[in-house]
Amino acid sequence: MTDQQQLDLRKDEVEAGTTTGLASPSVDVTSARQNSLWSDAWGSLKRNPLFWLGSLLFVFFALMAVVPQLFARGVDPRACDLAFAKDTPSSGHWFGYDPQGCDYLSNVVYGARSSLIIGIFAVVVILVLGVLVGAIAGFYGGVVDGVLSRLADIFYALPLILGALVLLRVGPSTDIPILNTRGPGAVALALALFGWMTAMRLVRSQVIAVKSSDYVAAARAMGASNRRILLRHILPNAVAPVLVYTTITIGVLIAAEATLTYLGVGLQRPAISWGLQIEAGQDSIRSAPHLVLFPSIILTLTVMAFVMLGDALRDALDPRQRA
Amino acid sequence: MGRYIARRLLLTIPVLLGASFLIFAMVYALPGDPIRALGGDRPISPAVAAVLTERFHLNDPLYLQYWEYLKSLLHGDLGTDFRGRPVLDTIERTLPITVKLTIAAVLFETVIGIAAGVLAGIRRNSFFDNLVLISTTLIVSIPILVLAFLAQLTFGLKLGWFPIAGTRDGIYSYLLPGLVLASGSLAYVARLTRTSVAENMSADYVRTARAKGLPRRDVIVRHTLRNSLIPVVTFIGADIGGLLGGAIITETVFNLPGIGREVFDSVRSQEGAVVVGIVTLMVFFFIFFNLVVDVLYAVLDPRIRYD
Repeated sequence: MTDQQQLDLRKDEVEAGTTTGLASPSVDVTSARQNSLWSDAWGSLKRNPLFWLGSLLFVFFALMAVVPQLFARGVDPRACDLAFAKDTPSSGHWFGYDPQGCDYLSNVVYGARSSLIIGIFAVVVILVLGVLVGAIAGFYGGVVDGVLSRLADIFYALPLILGALVLLRVGPSTDIPILNTRGPGAVALALALFGWMTAMRLVRSQVIAVKSSDYVAAARAMGASNRRILLRHILPNAVAPVLVYTTITIGVLIAAEATLTYLGVGLQRPAISWGLQIEAGQDSIRSAPHLVLFPSIILTLTVMAFVMLGDALRDALDPRQRA
Repeated sequence: MGRYIARRLLLTIPVLLGASFLIFAMVYALPGDPIRALGGDRPISPAVAAVLTERFHLNDPLYLQYWEYLKSLLHGDLGTDFRGRPVLDTIERTLPITVKLTIAAVLFETVIGIAAGVLAGIRRNSFFDNLVLISTTLIVSIPILVLAFLAQLTFGLKLGWFPIAGTRDGIYSYLLPGLVLASGSLAYVARLTRTSVAENMSADYVRTARAKGLPRRDVIVRHTLRNSLIPVVTFIGADIGGLLGGAIITETVFNLPGIGREVFDSVRSQEGAVVVGIVTLMVFFFIFFNLVVDVLYAVLDPRIRYD
């Protein structure tokens, strides 16, 4: 907006009676500064090495999930020769061989896809459940809030791994769709079912905090419906904390998937998964430690990518922590 | 205060009932026919099967089974597994091991976590502060499963400092698994302490203490720490319940026969009564320690009033 335009606008506003022109703002509020939270956040992210390291790792593993052939040096993970079983790493085969004599590098690389798919699918279900239940509980309050909050407390009292463990053990014998498949969908669903409570509490408290603000009262006074207030005014304010939570949670869920698979209730052979690789390698931890080590390192780096990104986002989005 | 505790106690009842019913409902649908599994290769006669079905209420609808379960629970009877051993005996055998493991973990997270957090917090942006920040990010990112194997490999096999499995070496056997179990909470305690101490270091009452000429040591120990540690103490308290229920991986990898491994084995072998009994106990611990913390908070911080 040029100076001339701004003068014209002020004249128009004075004539229309929306302002007296006496105490007009000294800064041009119509410029890009309006989105100050997000532009400030980007400014802070740019200077955070944690953000760049996390992004780099994330892009690396996302690529690995999409085009594993590139990272496997062209070796088929299922082309095996028992003669090489458990051979240690060499210049031709960087990660050595697994107990079936398959190239370990390509097996570990191909494991990225199922981990990322499960992590992201589970977090999407968690977000849908958490935002829906949290928004309803926070907005309507009273009995509705009481019941939904107690429900969250009940699920919260059960440890994530334990709940998912029992559900996945039972799943195949039930006739609940997805859950009886023993596939990635079942694992993601079980994780989401025992992991939605924190998202719900986050959204609920944000909604309660925003509900009593002046601009919501103004919107209501102008006749906005409950639905409109919820969707246009309240939920956008909950985006920042939910975004931070989501990022870190993907990492937590990927670790939980590997754990459940290691315990024998997650993905099943012949699926290629880090949990299965760690499980198969643990018996030869003395003679061939590389079997446990390599999938562990790659799993940790993947989780780390999301934890770092989440930490960086929190530092950027929470103005109270900004120095 | 008394009314507050009473109200909180009442509120925990539906949560405890709900959580135990949730696990009961899931276990009720456990796959397979437990009576046939009990017989193994020898078929069980219909008469015996009928008696067992009757004794374990296997044909009743779910809510009736749960009601029966609750009734006997109130009489201190957690039922028996399919071999006839009381679940209470199983818990008595396995719980002490998990309690020892939890004590080791809580000691680690308290001593190391608070020390690291205080040292980082009183000198913000120093080398040590950055070290704590980086190492906690690292520790939080390592899944407990991976950490357990890494600890076994390095401290157990390579360096030979600690035993890596079983409970044969007394207290010594709990050190490594305790450290692994504590790791996540330890990192969180360090960060929480750091933030809290750093905040209080610039508070007015600390400036006053310094201005009246108190030695730096006294300012930190007597003034800053007392206030900074309130959130830390409450976190550790609430964490005890979580640790008691979170030991499945640690106990499985380190081969410790505690309630975590017992519940995992029971889920695999479809011992429904054991699963429900132990999980209900875990939920009880979780709720109990959270309640204790809420009350403790009011005692530690007189600014907080519950009315």
